[in-house]
Amino acid sequence: MFTDPTFLFIQTLNGLQLAMLLFLLSVGLSVIFGLMNFINLAHGTLYMLGAYFGLWVYVNTGSFWVALALAPIGVMVVGMVFYVTLIKRLRTAPPLKQVLVTFGLIFVGLDAVRMSWGNLSKSIPTPDVFSQSVTIFGEIYPSYRLFIIGLGVAVFVILYFVLERTRIGSVIRAGVDDRDMVSCLGINVDLAFFGVFCIGCYLAGLSGAVAGAVFPVEPGMDMSILILTLIVVVVGGLGSLKGAVVGSLMIGMAETFGQVFLPQFASVTIYALMVVVLLVRPGGLFPTRAA
Amino acid sequence: MSKVLLEVDKLQAWYDQSHILQGVSISVTEGTVLSVLGRNGAGKTTLLNSIMAVLKKRKGRVTYAGKDIQSLQSYQIASLGIAYVPETRGIFPSLSVRENLEIAARAPITSGQREAWSLEKVYKLFPRLEERAENGGGQLSGGEQQMLSIARALMTNPDLLILDEPTEGLAPLVVQEIEAFLTELKQKGLTMLLVEQSLGFATSLADDIVILGKGKIRWAGAPSELAKDPKIQHTWLGV
Ligand SMILES: Nc1ncnc2c1ncn2[C@@H]1O[C@H](COP(=O)(O)OP(=O)(O)O)[C@@H](O)[C@H]1O
Ligand SMILES: [Mg+2]
Repeated sequence: MFTDPTFLFIQTLNGLQLAMLLFLLSVGLSVIFGLMNFINLAHGTLYMLGAYFGLWVYVNTGSFWVALALAPIGVMVVGMVFYVTLIKRLRTAPPLKQVLVTFGLIFVGLDAVRMSWGNLSKSIPTPDVFSQSVTIFGEIYPSYRLFIIGLGVAVFVILYFVLERTRIGSVIRAGVDDRDMVSCLGINVDLAFFGVFCIGCYLAGLSGAVAGAVFPVEPGMDMSILILTLIVVVVGGLGSLKGAVVGSLMIGMAETFGQVFLPQFASVTIYALMVVVLLVRPGGLFPTRAA
Repeated sequence: MSKVLLEVDKLQAWYDQSHILQGVSISVTEGTVLSVLGRNGAGKTTLLNSIMAVLKKRKGRVTYAGKDIQSLQSYQIASLGIAYVPETRGIFPSLSVRENLEIAARAPITSGQREAWSLEKVYKLFPRLEERAENGGGQLSGGEQQMLSIARALMTNPDLLILDEPTEGLAPLVVQEIEAFLTELKQKGLTMLLVEQSLGFATSLADDIVILGKGKIRWAGAPSELAKDPKIQHTWLGV
């Protein structure tokens, strides 16, 4: 069965779907880090909040689409509050402090979620449009997963266009290269950073809301995804869109195929991959700054 | 009546614990060129970084066009009409040459006397940059990087141009080319603060000279006076 092309194709789709969720998460984390050297370990918490906000809106409105539209915005607002109250002050702090504070936020997030929604695993039902499965090479495949893949591709195309073709994109890329120089040209880099931070939070929330319909919505969903996301960022290289894409694809595929082909090693496949990449390229595959 | 554009008064600056600038005062008059000379390690770059607020640990008073800019951030200082060509040139490798220029484009603060710079005009001044417009900033030679850094500074349409050793480490032909550009800019009436290690071009372009040594001003005067003072040159410039 492992060489059956249909099976391989279905697994590739599963890998792609995970890769797209990872991409939505890692792109924000990576560009924020590249731009401001700021490590936000609570990025997974934003993903979890996205899932819970989505669930909450769904329960109250009965509409998946409204949930998908509002949840990321809610997460972005939470992110903005954190930015103004904490992150702004932490920007110039040494990395250890950033790690400690954002690590602490993980626990705050966990408890907040437990208090509001309890410990039980929940899920967001997919809308009727996706109730039909599609048949691919004679295999039944849930159409919602194809939607996730399409969404990831769409976000990539938009981000690529903004980063490569607009002035704000140039400012962000230049800011990753040399923040001080951008400032010395009269451009408010902090404002650009705030914008990137908000988009990063939005995408993390979007990722969580989308994932809430395929993975269980439960406290702790943030940690498993955070680790994968950090590995994506390290493998892909800090600060680049390209790195986030390639890293997500590699880790999404390695995680999916690792569980199928090497179940006994499933937990180490991605770490092994990371070690190999870092041995060959210590800065990751597409670092924006020399490592 | 010519007025003082940039005034630095008893400026002190630190890197962590080391006290680098120990009370530096300079002033740049509108329409003139001030050259700051001094040996390697004298504190010239530190002075410029302090003016631009790239270096934040500093004390004293910096005013620009009569306005206190000491408490402003770099981007606010730059947007008052100051452009900086740093020693490291600060080219963005992730951006193409054209994007490096476009990102800086800004309308002039003071309307009037000088014509505004545009992409076409800087390409005319530096045809090499137009040839390499779509190349990445990281693919340029040292001379091209320096031209791009100066051209990019001009794109902000500054009233004051600050340059840190613009000819350092470049081939003689390129040095001549850059010196010719700067001379042309001066003729157009642009105010400049030019840092160099030694006499030569800086003295021929300058209206006034100050010599910085070990974080203090050691000498100030006209270029012609400095030429007549071999002792000062020997002590603080090592000639
Ligand atoms: N980033 C830094 N950290 C600590 N010391 C520095 C740093 N940059 C420069 N210095 C020190 O400050 C002094 C002045 O340096 P600088 O302003 O670069 O001199 P110049 O531009 O005149 O060659 C030197 O003694 C140098 O070693
Ligand atoms: Mg220097």
